[in-house]
Parts: sequence; structure tokens; C-alpha cells
Amino acid sequence: MLLIYCPYCEEERSELEFRNGGDAHIARPTNIAEISDEEFEAYFFLRDNPKGVIFERWRHIHGCGRFFNAARDTVSDRFLTTYKAGEPKPDLDAEPKTSAEVETYEALEGAAQ
Amino acid sequence: MADQAIRKAPLAGLRGGSHAAILTPAAPASRISLRAGKDAVPALSAALGVTLPLRPKTSASSGKRHALWLGPDEWLVIDEDDADLMAAAGSSGALHSAVDVSHRNTAIIVSGPGAEVAINSGCPQDLSLGLFPVGACSRTIFGKAEIVLLRTAEDTFRLECWRSFAPFVFGLLSEGAEDAAH
Amino acid sequence: MSGVNRISGAGRLTPARTARFTFDGRTLTALEGDTVASALIANDIHLVGRSFKYHRPRGILSAGAEEPNALLDVSRDAARRQPNVRATVQEVFDGMKVSSQNRWPSLAFDVGGFNDLLSPFFAAGFYYKTFMWPKAAWHRLYEPFIRRAAGLGVAPTEPDPDHYASRYVHCDVLVVGAGVAGLAAALAAAKAGAKVILCDEQPEVGGALHHDTGTVVDGKPGYAWAQETGKALAGMENVTVLPRTTAFGYYNHNFVGLVERVTDHLAAVDKTLPRERLWQVRAKKVILANGAIERHMVFANNDRPGIMLASAGRTYLNHFGVAVGKQVGIYTAHDSAYEAAFDLKKAGVAVPVIVDCRERPGDAVLEKARHLGIEVLKGHSVVNTTGKLRIASITVARNGGGGARKIAVDALLVSAGWTPSVHLFSQSRGKVKFDAATERFLPGTYAQDCLSIGACNGTDDLQATIDEALAAGELAARAAGAEGGAQVALTGQNAFEWTGGMIGAAEGAGPDTTVKAFIDFQHDVCAKDIRLAVREGMHSVEHIKRFTTNGMASDQGKLSNMHGLAIAAEALGKGIPEVGLTTFRQPYTPITFGAIVNHSRGSLFDPARKTPMHAWEEAQGAEFEDVGNWKRAWFYPKAGEDMHEAVARECRTVREVAGVFDASTLGKIEVVGPDAAKFLNLMYTNAWDNLKPGRCRYGIMLRDDGFVYDDGVVGRLAEDRFHVTTTTGGAPRVLQHMEDYLQTEFPDLKVWLTSTTEQWAVIAVQGPKAREIIAPLVEGIDLSNEAFPHMSVAEGRICGVPTRLFRMSFTGELGFEVNVPADYGQAVWEAIWGRAEPMGACAYGTETMHVLRAEKGYIIVGQDTDGTLTPHDAALSWAVSKKKPDFVGIRGLKRPDLVKDGRKQLVGLLTKDPKVVLEEGAQIVADPNEPKPMTMLGHVTSSYWSSNCGRSIAMAVVAGGQARLGQTLYVPMADRTIAVEVSDMVFFDKEGGRLHG
Repeated sequence: MLLIYCPYCEEERSELEFRNGGDAHIARPTNIAEISDEEFEAYFFLRDNPKGVIFERWRHIHGCGRFFNAARDTVSDRFLTTYKAGEPKPDLDAEPKTSAEVETYEALEGAAQ
Repeated sequence: MADQAIRKAPLAGLRGGSHAAILTPAAPASRISLRAGKDAVPALSAALGVTLPLRPKTSASSGKRHALWLGPDEWLVIDEDDADLMAAAGSSGALHSAVDVSHRNTAIIVSGPGAEVAINSGCPQDLSLGLFPVGACSRTIFGKAEIVLLRTAEDTFRLECWRSFAPFVFGLLSEGAEDAAH
Repeated sequence: MSGVNRISGAGRLTPARTARFTFDGRTLTALEGDTVASALIANDIHLVGRSFKYHRPRGILSAGAEEPNALLDVSRDAARRQPNVRATVQEVFDGMKVSSQNRWPSLAFDVGGFNDLLSPFFAAGFYYKTFMWPKAAWHRLYEPFIRRAAGLGVAPTEPDPDHYASRYVHCDVLVVGAGVAGLAAALAAAKAGAKVILCDEQPEVGGALHHDTGTVVDGKPGYAWAQETGKALAGMENVTVLPRTTAFGYYNHNFVGLVERVTDHLAAVDKTLPRERLWQVRAKKVILANGAIERHMVFANNDRPGIMLASAGRTYLNHFGVAVGKQVGIYTAHDSAYEAAFDLKKAGVAVPVIVDCRERPGDAVLEKARHLGIEVLKGHSVVNTTGKLRIASITVARNGGGGARKIAVDALLVSAGWTPSVHLFSQSRGKVKFDAATERFLPGTYAQDCLSIGACNGTDDLQATIDEALAAGELAARAAGAEGGAQVALTGQNAFEWTGGMIGAAEGAGPDTTVKAFIDFQHDVCAKDIRLAVREGMHSVEHIKRFTTNGMASDQGKLSNMHGLAIAAEALGKGIPEVGLTTFRQPYTPITFGAIVNHSRGSLFDPARKTPMHAWEEAQGAEFEDVGNWKRAWFYPKAGEDMHEAVARECRTVREVAGVFDASTLGKIEVVGPDAAKFLNLMYTNAWDNLKPGRCRYGIMLRDDGFVYDDGVVGRLAEDRFHVTTTTGGAPRVLQHMEDYLQTEFPDLKVWLTSTTEQWAVIAVQGPKAREIIAPLVEGIDLSNEAFPHMSVAEGRICGVPTRLFRMSFTGELGFEVNVPADYGQAVWEAIWGRAEPMGACAYGTETMHVLRAEKGYIIVGQDTDGTLTPHDAALSWAVSKKKPDFVGIRGLKRPDLVKDGRKQLVGLLTKDPKVVLEEGAQIVADPNEPKPMTMLGHVTSSYWSSNCGRSIAMAVVAGGQARLGQTLYVPMADRTIAVEVSDMVFFDKEGGRLHG
């Protein structure tokens, strides 16, 4: 069961309090009534389903109720970062580790041995 | 002129729990779901007589009136004396939304040394005093029901849920309280 | 006497404390603290079951959770019976009943043993090849036969009378396993001040110290040190010690599932105790101290009762005081088994031989064996065994050929070395690495915040284990934020340093394709089966596993995986790392459904949501139907009425007099803020700016793809406050949908949403006398048609309490919906009923509500629509604004497929025979004589008998339906074809005059 850092509650909470909301950073066109069929298809239907890092929306539905965004690795289920709705897509290479990230323990393990 | 309608609370008359965690339905209270931006907080706090908290998982109390932070623009305000909170919020003059939810919610008081264990039978949050001190509050999940938790003392929680979920919540709490006694 | 094999003075159980139990009807005496296995061996019983496939006699192989053979049926009473219980784990309690499984008519003579003779036909992959043809035989013949023959154990038939508990718990450090490593780590973490949970699957701490009596820790015998340390830990405030608790699954983000067996070992059960407790642990740091599991040797006929792991032999002797035989042979590839020989010899048991397949065993153990006068045959193998129901002899030969020698034994202890238990590490998605020197997989790359220590980490030396454990414990505690004081120092020493170990088939397993050298005892997989799988083209370890079913039994190959892998690697001519391991999956050992289901049964399976008027409805004899989690009054039968009659009466009464209906479950959302109308403009197809306070409007909500998502009546209470209603089932998702758009697409709008579904009890009063019924109860609202016309809302009082009163109708009659704060619902309902009943009105349920609305052609979203209908398809074009620049769904509605001719559209259907009521879901065709498959035009969505119309009525989606008005279509049923005429959807009061009273 995942632990997800809610950027509004500033705390990690159990997955049970959250609901996934699909891909993030897909803005509804402000002139939606005028867009072409192809543009509508891209907006509403087409998604990448990547193996690796995905930017996705989550809602802390049984917590603060807010939608927020997360970068998650779909292979390891590790959350690279979470950030508030409306904030720009983070540059993951530049991003400092957040407390949402699981550290591996390899370095420490050497010391233990 | 008809007779005055009599009020009937969803868990009226129920008692339960164990020696480790006693379950008591709370008395009726007035409640509002209060929504507002940060700039409206001082005026609303003044009007309500309780300082709306701005930090996550915190609450503020003034007498029998409590303001619980539920989200960045959302508070649950509870008045155990059944005062008119809608009117109080309305008098603030600040932009906000107040909605009466006095009858939507009902509350169960869970108290005793096993209160944490009883609630943790269905709630995944860490309720240890370090992380969930007296005054801490949170909307969260309890089994298949959504609840709002407020820690009112080291061994006492006020657990709010929607009225139709109350029998379920009370039932699951009873099992948790029973287990907490062992 | 608690068994003929009990050695006086040996073991740690108290001779005076006995318990009696039965095995296959025979009463036996055990000691308190015995496992079923130790008690059976004490009573000289090794034969405990028949194998899964060949029905070969099987005995007890191990003394722990890895046991593949000794799976028994254990019961306390008729309802408390559990199949497939591992005899090596289950503790004996006074009065328990134990039965063997998979045998008929008896354990000693089992007809299924015939399978063993037919075994050439039961080779690996047999099922896949043999039962292919004829296809029809599979269901009727093969599957039932295979299931009966192969099933292990019988499920209990009575409901489980026990209850189970569940706790979410958080800790700094979770230590799994309470052997030397786990105890030392827990101690270090606890002394550093961390909140620690230490769990172990055994009844008491100590792990391998139960059998390994040569170990000294902190100057004390290892076992004694362990018990002292366990007690000290249990006494610390920041430590929870959980014996009889299995960590069965390691999940994401350091979430570990534990099952604690609370009462299964008790003779008298305190009913208030849960049988098992599920601990759902979230740990900041996890320390895995799972230890290692001894492997058996793979050789011909290595499965006879009396053949067991060397460490198990030591456990039975040193802990339970039970000798596993009188003439005990040893067959090993590892030094550790020598210590079993030494312990037995010292206890006075004859040890005729140690057969060691290695040329160079460890010097220390060889010296000790010589000293004790035990014959050691180096470079020899056991090539066969005899004995029908128990081993009688072993045949030993020099490796590479040479004269065979037969040695009489009544037990044989075997060891091929130790497999580090990396199960939980693997479940955590850590990657194992193969250590070629010691031929074992060890934790490699960590995926989560955990550390492996001791035997499961490949650390063999005791002092090294202790140092590693103490460092890990302290490190984990500090990393989790503990800042406490005392450091711990401990010394430890083994009696002997161990060397050796082998994986794969020993000499005796031979290349011969008829030799049964078992790898996987529980699934009867032999070395030859692995070789056959490779010959037949299985080259991936995953394929080999599935072809042979090696490791797929409930023990998940704890003993067999490494052997199977080595044999496969040899047959494939590849190295072991290239062949690779199959995945370790949760649970580590089988866990009960009771623990998983836990509280979620009976009344706690799902919340049963009841309205404030439920008690009244129940008292009136209402039948209820489930709508989502809600219990809704369905109809109110009077004495002697069936459902049809009750509904017909209710339908007539509403239209002739009036009816009272509980509409509390309708979803309600309060939309408040200066931009409320603007927001609703975006959420609904209709326009809301021009709706005046005090007025209501029916709204349709779409998704952005243009399909109908929900509908409901919205009342405007003030410029900045709307009371939105949704369908009963749609309430949560509509709020989620609205929040989604508000928060992420239109965050600048000044408006907030609050669910008020449960704030209000809703009493619908519908029918010609509705106004007369409520009028005297209402204060402050003029109910006249002029002041309060259809689709109005006002706030006032009823029965002295506040109300939001709606003038609206889902029946087509003059109607009101009285909203009152929920706690007043029942009292106000009773007051209304007190006026309604004497006038001849009725209470009506959801079925009548459905019929009445269908008579008027009002749709129900989710019944008449199915997520593929646009408002145009549903004949609701009038509710779609043509002026608004935007609303959710505006673009979707223009998609080419959604504007095409011939779409399925909602229409009415009238059967030619008015008495015939169509079936909902029935298909509609134009030509009933068309050959199959017929061209299906659509289906019936709603269909009822309408007593008000004196005939049946139906709604349906039909391709191009709105252009087919008046056409005759057909509904083919199994027994007949029903002719229908397409009509509009309003069947009653087409002019709609009744709405206005």
C-alpha cells in the first residue's frame, strides 16, 4: 500500500485516503467549442501510459479534498515528487528529494556490515 | 398549528465499547462546513469567536466551539451548545461559503487508554501522541467510511461521520474497542 | 507417558503437563508446548499423509513453517476445522482432533497409491497433454476426476464462528524474525529509543537456537539468552514482541502484513479473543532477520516417512525431548548435520553412519565424530532406501560407482545445506544476487528502506551476525529519528564452524528417468521431471516451473526452488544466475481467509445506509431494495398483497389521492459563492444566469465526451446559493466530477461545493391532495399556485422546524418535496402521514416511483441511459443551451459519431397486446424472420405494467428511434415474438395539466 505525500497536508498518508485522477498537465482548451476533431481526440482520449515516470493527478479525497500532481515511477511505484495543482511540471533532475521519496538503504547497509 | 417535531439522533441511546475504549454518541451540536480564502480568515475568526487554524491537521477551540482545519480553504466548525453558526459566519462580511451540516454529521466520543487502538482497527493514520497530539484533527478513512477525527484529550477522540454511516462506524469501533481491551 | 520416543531429561517441555489429542481417531498424549509433529513423533508416528499426485506415504520432513508433507486436518469442534494445517507449526492443545488427508480408505492402505505404479503416465506436463481431447469430456469427466483425486484436504462446511481483529500500526523499526540476529537488532534499536515491533512465527523467540544447543551468547547457552532477551524486550515500553506472528507480505513503502495467531494453541478459548489478529504495519525501517531454511538431499526414494531434515531432528531432540528414531542415519553435504549426530549419540540414540557426499568435510566435525565413535563415509552417497510406510534401510555407495552397502535405519536425517530466506526481501522488490562461492542467492539491490541481517543475509559466523545485527538495529533506530542512549555489546560463539552445501541432484538421483528423487514433496516433482521439461523445450525457469509445477504448492518451494533451479541449469548447460529465480510472492506462508476478510462480514461487510425514516418504513412492513449502499423502501404491501398488487394500488392512489415518498437518498450538493451560476453554466447543459432565486430547473450534466452523466433538479435559494440534487447512486461521483473541474480547470471561480445529501431528510408528497396534506403544517410559505408554482423553492418552517420546500414533481402530479434537517425527518414524516392517511393517501416506494415517472416519460440516468447516450438521443435537446459559449460536453456533442443519423435514441414502446409486459434488456429487431444473427436495433430500458394507463408501457433505445414513431418492431423472446409499436414517451396526461394541481 502506497504512502503518498500530500503537498497540502504536508504529510505522508496512506493510499486509502487518495484517489488517482489520471494524467496531469492536460489542460482543457479554453476555446474547446472550436477545436478540431484531432485536437479533441488528443485532449480527451489519447494518453501515453509510460513505463517509467508518469506525471499524474491525485486527489486527497478522504483528506483535505485537494487535487495535486505527482511524478511516479510506474515500474517501482516510487513517488519522485508531489506538488500542488497549478504548479509547473518540475524538472526531475534538478528537483531535490522530497520526503515522499523512499531512500534506498544500500549505503547504510554497508555500514551495518 | 402542528406539534413541534421531535429531534431523533441517529445513534440515540447507544452505548458501547470496552473498558479500554468507551464509545459514547455525542450530544447534538451545530456544525457548518466553512470555505473561504486566506484573506477572509481574520474577519471570519472574529465573527465566529474562534481563530481558524491555518496549519494542516490542527484545530482551535474556544469554549465549546471548535474549528477544525480540513483543507487549505476548508474548516469544520462545531458548536457543542448548538449556537447559530450560519448567522455568526454570515455576520463576518467576508467572502465565504458556510453550509449547515449539523444534521449531516454525527459524532462518537471514543475515550480510554485503548482509544487509539480502537480507531486504528480501521484507520490507517499514525495516531501516536507525537504525530497526532491533543487538538490534532484530520479527515481520514475508517474501514469503508469517511470520518473526521479530533483528539480532545490524550485518551479521547471525537469522531465525526455522516449520519447513515454511523451504525457501521459504531459497529467497527465496537470491534476495535473489544480488541483494544486485550 | 507422553510417547515412547520421549527421552527423559531431554528437551525443554515439562513432563507433568500433558495434553491429550486424537490422530485419525487414536488418542495420544502430548506435552504442553508440543507441536502436532513433535507429539506424533514422540508417539512413534512418522506416517502422516499421502502425497498429492502419487499418493506415496509421507512423513514429517521439517520442524518449521517450510513443511511440505505433514499437512493435516485439525479441528476443535465441527465449525472450527481447518484443512492443510502444518503439523510442524500447529501446537497441540488438550482435546484437539487431528486427521490425515488425501487417503482412502485409510492412511496405511490407500487405494490412490495405485497412482504410484502408474507414475510413468503421470510425468510432468501430463495434465496438459492427456486431458486435451475430447473437449466435451473436460467439464464432465476430467476436471471432476482430477479435482477429487488431487485435492488436498476438505474445506469446512459450516460458517466460521470465530472473529478476527485488525490493527493499523506504525513503528520506527520492524524486526522480522527473533533468532539471534533479530533479537540483537531489536535490542540495539530499542535501547537507542526506537519504537520497535519484533515478530516471529514461532511460539517463542530463539529461532535456530531451539535446535542449535552448541551456541553460546553473552556467556549463556543461546536458548536461555534468547528467552531472557525476549522477556526483557517485552518489558520495554517502546517494544512490542509478537510471537506466533508471521510476516506474510512485504508491500510498497514499508507496509508489512503480519498475522498473529491468538487462540489456535489454546485448549479453552476466551470468546472475546480474536482467533487471529492482522497487523498492518507501516515501518520507517524494516530489519529482515528471517534466517535460513535447510535443504533436503535429492536422491532415489528420498521421501519415505522417517527421512527428515537434520535440523528438524535436532529440534525434536533438543527442544521437545523426542528421538526421531532408534537407529538414525545421517546423509549430508554440510557440516551442520554432524551436530545432529552428536546430539543424538549423546542422548543415547544409535547413529550407525554419517554418509557425506563430500570428499572433504570440515576437520572439526570429523574429529568430533571420530571421538564419539560414529562411522563417517566420506565421498559416499545414499543411492536408495527401502521401507513401505517408514524407512527401513539405506543403500550407500561410493561416489562414481563401487560396491553398495545396505544399512538398517529407522530414521534418516539429511542436509544439503542452508538456503537464506530472501522471500520478504524479494517481495519488497529487492534484487537478489547469486554468490557463486556459496551457491546461494543473497540480498543484492535494495528497493525499500530495509536491511537484511544474519543467515538470510548470508552471514554465517555468529559473532559476525551479532555485530551486524547490533549495527543494523542502532542504525535503523537512528535513521528513524531515535536519539536514545545505551549501546549494546554482545559476544557469541558457535560450537563448530560449518562448511559445505550442495544444490541439485545428488549421485543417487541418477540420470535414470524412472528414479523418484523428489525435489518438491508437496507437488510430487522429481529431478527427472525438471530434466524432462528441459528436453521438451522449456528453457525459461518460469516455463519449467509451470510445466512441472515445481514450487507452486502452498509451501511455495521453500525447499525445492534451489534444487530445481540447479537441475534445470545443468540440463540447460547454463549458469544458475542466467537461469534465474522465479518470483517470490505474498503470502510467505498460507494465511486464513478469516484474517484477510477480518471485520468485513455480516453487518460490517459494507455500510448499510438508512434514511431517517427507515424505522417507520420498517414498522409499516415495507420491502427494501439496495440502491448503492442505501436501503430504500421498495413497496409497502398490505396484508395479502403481492408486489404487483401493492405497486398497482400505490400507483393508482398517488394519482387519485396522494402518496408520500422517502426521497432522502437523492444526492444534494450546496453550491455557494458569487460565481455559483457561472460554475453551474459550465457543469450543466442548461443556462442558469436567468434562473431567479426561489425557482428550480431540471439540469443535465455531461462528461466532456458529450454523454449524459447525471441529471437532477437545481433550486436557486439566493443569488449566490444553489441547492443541487443528483441521482441517488450518482451523488459521490457527481461531486468528484464537479470538484475536479472546479479545482483543476476553473480554479479562479469564487464558488464552493458542499455535500448536503445527509443534512436533509426529503419527504415527497405527490398527488391531487398534496397541498391539502401539507398546508396546515407549513408556516411562512404561501403554497398557492400563483405564489408557489411548479418548480419553486422556498425556505420556511414545517412542524416548527426549518424546511426547504420544493414544489416539484417526478410523478407528473401536483407535488412537493419537503426537506427538513435529518434528525427531524421521522417526526415530520409522521406528522404528514397523520394528515395523509385519513385522506386516503398512501406511502409509496421506489417501484411505484419508477412506474409513475415512466408513465410521464421521465428518464432515469443509469437505467434509460448507459453512458453512450447524448441529451439529443434521450429526447432532451430542449435542455441543451445553444447560446452558451462553453459547458462540459459542448465539444464532445459535435463529434462525428454523435451527430450521425441512425444513432440509438430513446423512444416509447407499446405492445400490440396491451397485457404483455416486455422484459427490460430485451432486444428489438425490425424483421422477426431475419436469419440469425439478426440485426438488433436496440433494447428495452424500462418496462412496467401501468394500472393508471390500463396497459403495459415501456421505454427503449432504438436505432433512429425518433424517426420510427408509429412503426411496428419486434421483440424476439425464447418462446415467442412480441410485436410493439414505437411511440413517444409520455403515456399519461400528455398535456401535463396535472402538474399544476
